Amino acid sequence: MADSTDKTDLPQHTRRNILDTMEIDTRLLGMIGAFVIICVVFDVWTGGRFLTPRNIFNLTIQTVSVAIMATGMVFVIVTRHIDLSVGALLATCSAIMAITQTAILPNMLGIELGSSLIAPITIVVGIIVGTLIGAFQGWLIGYLTIPAFIVTLGGLFVWRNVAWHMSAGQTVGPLDPTFLSLGGTSGTLGATGSWILGVLAAGFVLYLLINARRSKVAHDFPVKPMWAELIIAGCTTGAILGFVWILNSYQIPAGRLAREFAAAGKEMPEGYTEVYGVPYSVLILIVIALVMTIVAQRTRLGRYIFATGGNPEAAELSGINIRFLTVKIFAIVGFLCAISAVVASARLTYHTNDIGTLDELRVIAAAVIGGTALSGGFGTIYGAILGALIMQSLQSGMAMVGVEAPYQNIVVGIVLVLAVYVDIVYRKRTGD
Amino acid sequence: MPLDTQNVTQDRGTPLVEMRNIRLSFGGIHAVDDVSIELYPGEVHGVLGHNGAGKSCLMKVLSGAYKKDSGDILINGEKADIQNPRDARNYNIECIYQTLALADNLDAASNLFLGRELVTPMGLVNDGKMEAETRKIMKRLNPNFQRFHSPVSALSGGQRQSVAISRAVYFNAKILIMDEPTAALGVEETQMVANLIEELKSQGLGILLIDHDVHQVKALCDRASVMKNGKLVGTVKVDEVTEDDILGMIILGKNPEKGMA
Repeated sequence: MADSTDKTDLPQHTRRNILDTMEIDTRLLGMIGAFVIICVVFDVWTGGRFLTPRNIFNLTIQTVSVAIMATGMVFVIVTRHIDLSVGALLATCSAIMAITQTAILPNMLGIELGSSLIAPITIVVGIIVGTLIGAFQGWLIGYLTIPAFIVTLGGLFVWRNVAWHMSAGQTVGPLDPTFLSLGGTSGTLGATGSWILGVLAAGFVLYLLINARRSKVAHDFPVKPMWAELIIAGCTTGAILGFVWILNSYQIPAGRLAREFAAAGKEMPEGYTEVYGVPYSVLILIVIALVMTIVAQRTRLGRYIFATGGNPEAAELSGINIRFLTVKIFAIVGFLCAISAVVASARLTYHTNDIGTLDELRVIAAAVIGGTALSGGFGTIYGAILGALIMQSLQSGMAMVGVEAPYQNIVVGIVLVLAVYVDIVYRKRTGD
Repeated sequence: MPLDTQNVTQDRGTPLVEMRNIRLSFGGIHAVDDVSIELYPGEVHGVLGHNGAGKSCLMKVLSGAYKKDSGDILINGEKADIQNPRDARNYNIECIYQTLALADNLDAASNLFLGRELVTPMGLVNDGKMEAETRKIMKRLNPNFQRFHSPVSALSGGQRQSVAISRAVYFNAKILIMDEPTAALGVEETQMVANLIEELKSQGLGILLIDHDVHQVKALCDRASVMKNGKLVGTVKVDEVTEDDILGMIILGKNPEKGMA
């Protein structure tokens, strides 16, 4: 509401510096920078053992389970809630799926062990259970207005021990081979599949960039200069293809290949090699990251989640049903816990009692390191995934240089607090 | 504004809104106690009273933020069922709250369309279209507004106000509730709001204006209802009473001898 002397249409926005011109999220840049520094430091420290295809492959598959749940935790924290039960919920889902595939399906329903039906049915059962438990907790929080901290703290005790009860405290296994292929090393896309995936992903990124620019031009909005677009396109597609190239450089050990040939009753040809490529579990994470990002940025659900986090009262006055929204958010987290349970138990090849222990704290830390504000309203999916990756690289890096686990935890704790402090300073400086 | 009060009171047709015997209480405290007011098309109706007199509560009953305990709301002579803000919006009731009710972390367009997002055929929110529409309405309401990509927390008080107002105006409100729309504004911006109220009034909207400033009410409103302790003191035609008369109603709860509507 000011005087109307300025009649010009869309006055040019002044570009302050090169980053502003390229419209790059400086927080993202900071996180990538931190990640790169961690990698380089540990690589030097370990004498080049950190940045090998083998270690990067392991790092990736170790990150997946926490990263999947962290994408859901973003929604929870953005709406000013917290979920302390994700690790326990993962354990319950894992126990149910382990029992389903080793006992219920073969013994009660007569589906033979090794049948191709076992893995899909098991996963569907796990997802239903996870989603229902999540929705139930969301109902307690949204409709009965019990604080999320209490509901999920209770959930932490309940679901951890429900899992113990169901498996009678025992380790359950061996799990179905198809199911195991979702854990990491035993299920990868191979060289060709990985390259196809990489090219498709790079093409998709280019499509998004072109589409965004076209849409801006169509509405007569200012666009960034072409060279800026080209640099961004080059960096992202380069990163995608580089990642595929690294994973494609990790060769499956000859001993393991020989065993596989022997199992198939064939002789392994001389000099035969094969590479891992992108694991299925990473593919799952990519799909989830994509879907969750679309939900966050391009759907009404996502808009309402962020609006509620910014100002719950305003959201309610705009006609948003906040109670049901809370149910939906916690149901999403429950769903993601089930997916993580698939990946985690398949990676371990067993359901164990302590699966997912302390994961709730890792997941919250990943989201928070990734820039999700506990005061609500701010957070990104890619940030949470990067946060999970940063924490995992810190831990495995320290393990490689021989830091004992308790000291690792001390460092991770300090990094968490420091990351949030840096974020607070950043927000004050930029004013948003 | 040169209004023919005589004409307005005698042949006004069906009221746009009629609130009859509205009651609202919170744990034994009667926030609104048997209050009836009506609003006609093209009328600016002031609602006055001390803090805690119940004016905002009465308005929030109409906007769906609070559920009334008893009483009726009639829109164009027909009983309306308003249970929540969405219902109120369906009756073309828009409200500019004193707190503005903005999600501070979102940009202007997201706030303008909150709860009523424009979507693409695929059902995804259409940010480009929403920004274009926001730019269009802002050009009319506040041509200096340029910060379309900043979260509204980064905007000045006047700019935030214009986002809240544009939200009410964009969706073709028939009934507009303004809760102290100029409280946080400077002189110039207050004049802009006054001009806007005139413009909307001439388009036939009914406006309920909550205000503390008696002078402003005299200048902008056709009629004014005064509340005290949850009860309606009375409704007057503002051109037939003095500012002191209105102050007497607010402070003493005493109706003037003439000018009652």
